[in-house]
Formats: sequence, structure tokens, C-alpha cells
Amino acid sequence: MQFEIEINNQTVSAKRGETIKNVLDRTGIHVPTLCYLNGFSPTGGCRMCVVEVDGISELVPSCSHPVAEWMKIKTHSPRVLKARKLLVELLLAGHPDDCLYCERSGTCGLQDLAAEMGIRERKYRGKRQNIQIDNACQSIVRDPDKCVLCGRCIRVCDEVIGVSAIDVVGRGSESKIGTTYNKGLNTKSCVKCGQCIMVCPTGALSEKSSIQAVLDALNNPGLFPVIQFSPTVPASIGEEFSIKASKDILNLLRVALKKIGFRQVFDVAMAADLTIMEEAAEFIDRFNKHEKLPLLTSCCPSWVRYIEEVKPQLLPYLSTTASPQQMMGRVIKNYIGISAGQKAENIFVVSVMPCTAKKYEADQDRMKDGISRNIDAVITTRELVRMIRLLGIDFSSLEPEPGDTQYNMRSSSGNLFGVSGGHLEGLLRTIQYMMTGQELNTLKISELRGLKGKKEARVKIGKMNINVAAVNGLANVKGLIDDMEAGREDYSIIEVMACPGGCINGGGQKLNPEEKHLKLRMKSLYDIDEEEMIRVAHKNPIILDLYERFLAKPGSERNIELLHISRPTKEGS
Amino acid sequence: MTSEDLEVIFSKYPANKKDGLLPIMQEIQETHGYLTTDLLAAVGKYLNIPANKVYGVATFYDQFRFHPRGLFHIRICRGTACHLFGASTYLNEFENQLKVKAGGTSKDRKFSLEISSCMGACESAPVVHINDTFYTKVTETELEKIIRSLKEKTE
Repeated sequence: MQFEIEINNQTVSAKRGETIKNVLDRTGIHVPTLCYLNGFSPTGGCRMCVVEVDGISELVPSCSHPVAEWMKIKTHSPRVLKARKLLVELLLAGHPDDCLYCERSGTCGLQDLAAEMGIRERKYRGKRQNIQIDNACQSIVRDPDKCVLCGRCIRVCDEVIGVSAIDVVGRGSESKIGTTYNKGLNTKSCVKCGQCIMVCPTGALSEKSSIQAVLDALNNPGLFPVIQFSPTVPASIGEEFSIKASKDILNLLRVALKKIGFRQVFDVAMAADLTIMEEAAEFIDRFNKHEKLPLLTSCCPSWVRYIEEVKPQLLPYLSTTASPQQMMGRVIKNYIGISAGQKAENIFVVSVMPCTAKKYEADQDRMKDGISRNIDAVITTRELVRMIRLLGIDFSSLEPEPGDTQYNMRSSSGNLFGVSGGHLEGLLRTIQYMMTGQELNTLKISELRGLKGKKEARVKIGKMNINVAAVNGLANVKGLIDDMEAGREDYSIIEVMACPGGCINGGGQKLNPEEKHLKLRMKSLYDIDEEEMIRVAHKNPIILDLYERFLAKPGSERNIELLHISRPTKEGS
Repeated sequence: MTSEDLEVIFSKYPANKKDGLLPIMQEIQETHGYLTTDLLAAVGKYLNIPANKVYGVATFYDQFRFHPRGLFHIRICRGTACHLFGASTYLNEFENQLKVKAGGTSKDRKFSLEISSCMGACESAPVVHINDTFYTKVTETELEKIIRSLKEKTE
């Protein structure tokens, strides 16, 4: 039902069931928010969005209060402004005044609020909690002193990822966001996806930076630093430098990485092609031996950790194929680097990932050959942007250069790994080819595209139809697991990416992404798939060459040793 | 606390239902004296609540303890009336003289100290409750006496 209400002396139309904030957003009136998170049910906790409504004595939070016909609303009356300012001043009372040194200086929601309210002096001085920085996790650092208790991280962890690794601990002025028994974030339940960082308004959550380690390696004459970047990096980095995502960015990114000082630059999408080859062989092997299906993909380290720590009963289904990041590391250290005349121990492999969990993945013992790590350092897209700025590279004025193309060829299938459903699309193309010798009639599987949390498709491989599903946002996998545990057996392959939308929206990407940006990132990967010549992994000449010169045939014992990951059950532990 | 004791408590409440969380934790504390990380983990498992959520709830309520009680368990009321009669000075006295922190237990396990938000006896403020005895309208001299006798009893 539509009706009219009055906002700031103007008549505005509203619908029953809307919140006041819904109407304000539509009308173009901005009210500040802190705990509000688009797409989530409002909690009304921070009171920053309060407005004055005639006939209600107290101020009401616009994010959760429904509109009604009789309402006359004032959004920026002196009383409202005074209340909001007071709220921010109280938040600042216990906040460490170290903005100049803070990771989030310039991107901080609290800083923005203080500026918006015109707060230019400290009015109250509260007790500082002096809580120790939580450094226990390989991927994420927590600095609870900077926390404003908005609770956004908790909601994302509960509702999007579904692991509830953090929660409010204590009460009243003693409350803080804590982990189980205050033991730090290296808890079993945390999957290190970094989605909490993406929604944190302050510097309370950030990735564990590896910039210094990378700079040290670049300046160490004894090392041969090389870098690989995820396909999501060219799809999103343009946003930081105000360049539209396009094919050219890929080249500019390579130029920038060379200028930084990396001797060789690799596209992880090439290793994703290799992942497709091995995983397709693994699937066909399981299928022919009538082993348990579905095959659960293993490219997402948060998903792998979730299975290993929370749902070990699913381990037999989990693919043993290494993730593209680790494959690339192993191929570089065992083959490419050596053919370039470098000793494995001198090669320093850096990955740029949209992901904080990749830091954890690379740090595991099973990702090392003896003492040498497959990947020496992982930086997020955000860290790369910081490095580009630190080293004075003016990204927007870079000119494309013809680069060495030796290991730069990748199929658009490998490129699709950046988006939910893309891994599956690429994999199915190669499974079809390996099983039948024919290509799929239509390579694009529309049902597996888009931002929906769970996508399903029925795909014809040869003469049989198989059911596949792609899940993004780890919490969405629970329904599927419940179905499997209840006996549902018709899925052949399930792809899971922990972050909503897949790696394009990973925990290491630009903070506070807008949905339109996510769609553009998705589109840029889909466009590449439309335009490119090589669209299937099994036609990538570099991959074929690698199999010819270095590897044995897909799924063979030698490759399993080199390109697959031992899972806890297989080690018998 | 044995796993059988735990089973007995669990059996009174349906599994996988959040409703049982508070009463189960209360019963465990009744039997075991305080809550441990292992016990909370078991509760989470039984009720299918993430361990961290269980911990969050347990730390929210003043009634739950994470340390064993001392030989003498001292509760000090800090409701409005008791506060006006100087309860916080009393709290400091107990903390300093008996070497115990509010919410904790002294190293020698002789004393534990707890703050109560109100004991419902405001007309008798300030109120101190030690094991089974309530001390009402406690004056400073009486407080000195109480502390001295506590020390003597534990020497």
C-alpha cells in the first residue's frame, strides 16, 4: 500500500513495510550509519541513523523503524545532529588516537563520521581497554582497541560464512569482540576468509601484511623474485586507479609488476588450467571406479579448512587437486625456474591474491617441499595497491608493453576461476573433452553464472546428464551438506567458494565493494571468456607443453605427488 | 566433573535446541563449581551452538564463573544503595587485603570475590555475603573485623 509522508517538510511517497531508511535512500537523503549492513536485517544498535518523528518522544533508528502514514520526519534537526555528534564523541572517547599510523587512515568509517559531524576536538576521555593485538592467525590481525562494537563482522561471520568464529564477549563497558575463550583468531572455526575485514569500519580488522617480506626479497641480490597474480586482480585493480576494467589492464598490471622488480610475471589462470586438467582426470577416475561422488572442489582454502576442521566426514569427497596458487608455486620451483637457470632455493615466489585465506594456505607444512615453501609470500590485492603507490608507480600513466609471452598463455576457463561457478564451467568443458574427445556444444553454462548464493545445473556430458552445483557464501553450503547427509546422491560435482560472489569479492579485495562493482568484475571475466581464442584448458599450448616435457599424463602418480595435496585422512592422521 | 555427570545433565534437555543453554550451564556450575573451556565445548556440541556463541553467552551473565571458588566466597553488593554507602571502598579493601581480584580467585584458592548487581536488601546497605552468612549495614570497623577473622581462619 502506497501513502505519503512528510520528510523535512517535503511530501514523499512511501510503501507499507518499508523502513524509514528505505524511503530516505530513495529520496536521496543521507543519514550516517555504522552498524547498518546492506542486505542484512538491521539491528538498530549504533543509533547513528536516528531521526526525529513528530509524536514519538524519543529519536528512532531509521534503519529498523517502519514508516507509517501519519509520520512527519526530520532527519537533520538540531536535536538529531546533537545526538549523532554525541554518539561519535563517545565512540572516540575510548579510541586510540593513532589515526596517522592506522592502516585504515583515509578509509575509516569512524574517521568519516567524525568529519561528517564536524568533530574537531576530543570532548570526553574514556578508559582505554588496552587489549592485546591478536596476531595468532596467519591471515587476519585483530586490534580490539580500535573496535567500535558495531557487530558487522559478527553478522557476516554468522550469516554469510556461517562459522561464527567471533562474537561479543563480556557485557557493558567490558564487552569486546572476542574469539572462543579469548584464545585468538587461530581458532578451528575461523576459515580465514577475511570477509570480516571487508565490513569492518575501522582498523580493528586487517590482513596480516607481507609487504615487508616482499620488499626485502626484491632487494636481496641473491634471490630471483617472481610473481603470480590471480585473474581477479586485473578484474578489480582498475577501480583503485580509476581505470575501467578492460583487457588492457592485464598488460598494464604486468608492466607495473615488472617495474616493481619482479623478474618473471605469471598469470595464476594458467595454473588454474592445470588444476582443471588434474581435477578433470580425478573426477573421471572416481567416476569410472564408481567411487563416492560428488567431487567437492578444492580451490578455495577457506572451504578446504571448513571441511578439515568442521566437517571431516566430507574429506573423502574433497578433491586432492592442489589449488592454482600452489600448483603454480610447484611448477615454478620445480620446472620453470630451473629451466631459466635458477636454483629452486633462490626463487622467491610471490602471489597476489584477492584472498586472505591464501596466506594461510601457503603457510601450511604440506605446502612446503622440505624447508622450501611452494609460495614464499602472499599479498592481497589491497597490499599490491599499497606497494604500487609506495614504489611510486603511476599506474594510470603506464603504457602497454609487449611482454614475454612464454608462460603467459592461459585459457579463459582458467580465468573464470575468479568467479563463483567459473571453476565448474571450466572443469566441465575439459571433463567432456577427456571423456568423449568432443567439445561441449555450448561452452557457456548460464545457470552457473551470476551472484546467486547457490546455482545448480544439469549438464550433458557425452550421453549422460550430470547434476552440478556452485555455492558461494560459505553459509549457503549448509543446506547442501544437510541434503547429502540425508542421503541425496545425485550431485556429481559441487564447487564451493567461501566469499559471496566468489574470489572477485574475496577478503583481500578493495574494501566496501558496491554490488555494481562486483557485477562489473564478473562481467569482465565473462567478457574475456566470450572474446578469447583459447577457451578450454586442454587447448592451452603451455599446459600441453608442460605435460609433454615435465609432467606425466593427468592424474598419473607422478602428478599426484607433485600437483595434489595430501589430505589428513590419506596421511592416516 | 565426569562425562557421566555431564550426560545426566544433558539428558534433561533436548539436543540441538538453544533453549537449554542457560539452564545447562547453571546446572554444570552447580555441580562443578565453575565453567571450563572443555565443559563449554561439550555444551556447544550437544546443543549444536558454535563454541564461541556459548562463550559469548557465558561471559555476558555475571552468574557464571570461570575459576573455582575459594574456600571463602565473598560477594559484595554494588547496587545503588550499597554503592552510596561506600561499597566500592569495601571492594578495594577486600581486593587489597586478601590479594584477590573481583571476579577471580586468590592464588592460594582461599578467597574468591564476586560483585553482585543487587541482593535485594537495599534497606540493609551495604551488604556483604560470605559463604552462608549475610553481613548487613556493615560499618568500616566491622569490615576490618570481618577481614581480620577471614585471615585468621585461613592461616
